[in-house]
Amino acid sequence: MSARNPPKNHRPAHLRPGLIGLVILGGTVGTAARELLTLSIPDLGGFPLAIFLINVVGSFALGLLLERLGSATLTGSKLRGRLLLGTGFLGGFTTYSALATHTAQLFGGQEVATGILYAIGTLVTGLVAAIVGIRISAGLRARDEVHP
Amino acid sequence: MTPLVFVALALAGGLGAGARFVLDGMLWRRSVRYPVGTLLINVTGSFLLGVVTGLALAAVLPVEAQLIVGSGFLGGYTTFSTASVESVRLAQERRYGSALLSSVGMLVLTIVASAGGLLLGSAA
Repeated sequence: MSARNPPKNHRPAHLRPGLIGLVILGGTVGTAARELLTLSIPDLGGFPLAIFLINVVGSFALGLLLERLGSATLTGSKLRGRLLLGTGFLGGFTTYSALATHTAQLFGGQEVATGILYAIGTLVTGLVAAIVGIRISAGLRARDEVHP
Repeated sequence: MTPLVFVALALAGGLGAGARFVLDGMLWRRSVRYPVGTLLINVTGSFLLGVVTGLALAAVLPVEAQLIVGSGFLGGYTTFSTASVESVRLAQERRYGSALLSSVGMLVLTIVASAGGLLLGSAA
């Protein structure tokens, strides 16, 4: 077995320090934005409204972004844009652990109805938001292809 | 929250996002057609946030540490938007079983993981 190192620029994206740095940068800004919104939007009768809105808006925006970039393997500025804005910013902005832990705490605190509303409500609204984002991007792309 | 804690929280979120990117890339296999990375990341992150929250509730962990590790690192490490888009993509490819695992399955698994973490952390 030969132990050759592949050339630097042929390393997979997730092992390239510059690209990891872009994800960290986007994730830092996305996390800061999430925390600012969480601090400014109060819960609605035990319903974690801020995280709900963040996850729905983030799903819409990621659908919009990823459909815009297309499904082919990305390189160059498209790859960097996806990592900074998608994997980094929107990945750090939205969060699953807060959704799961809030729901588990609502269940544990006998607020089962709020927990179910929060969990199912976020899941379904997030899926619909992603579909709307994908559709809008696909529509814009179709229009661009007709009138470049 | 002090400005210093806020900055540390944001930077921790960036590191969490970086960890997600590297781990997801390492877990990706051409032969496995299901996006296993997002599922594994969200389940482990939810379990750990349960532990951190439980430890803070039991006053074992200071609230600043809960904010930086919980809202910061684990908030940035786990992601909801990718799970939504991956579920829609799987359904578009008519892979309904995988789409169900990526949506309802992930939701149930993360809540169970988080509840287990909360119990473990509170007992400490």
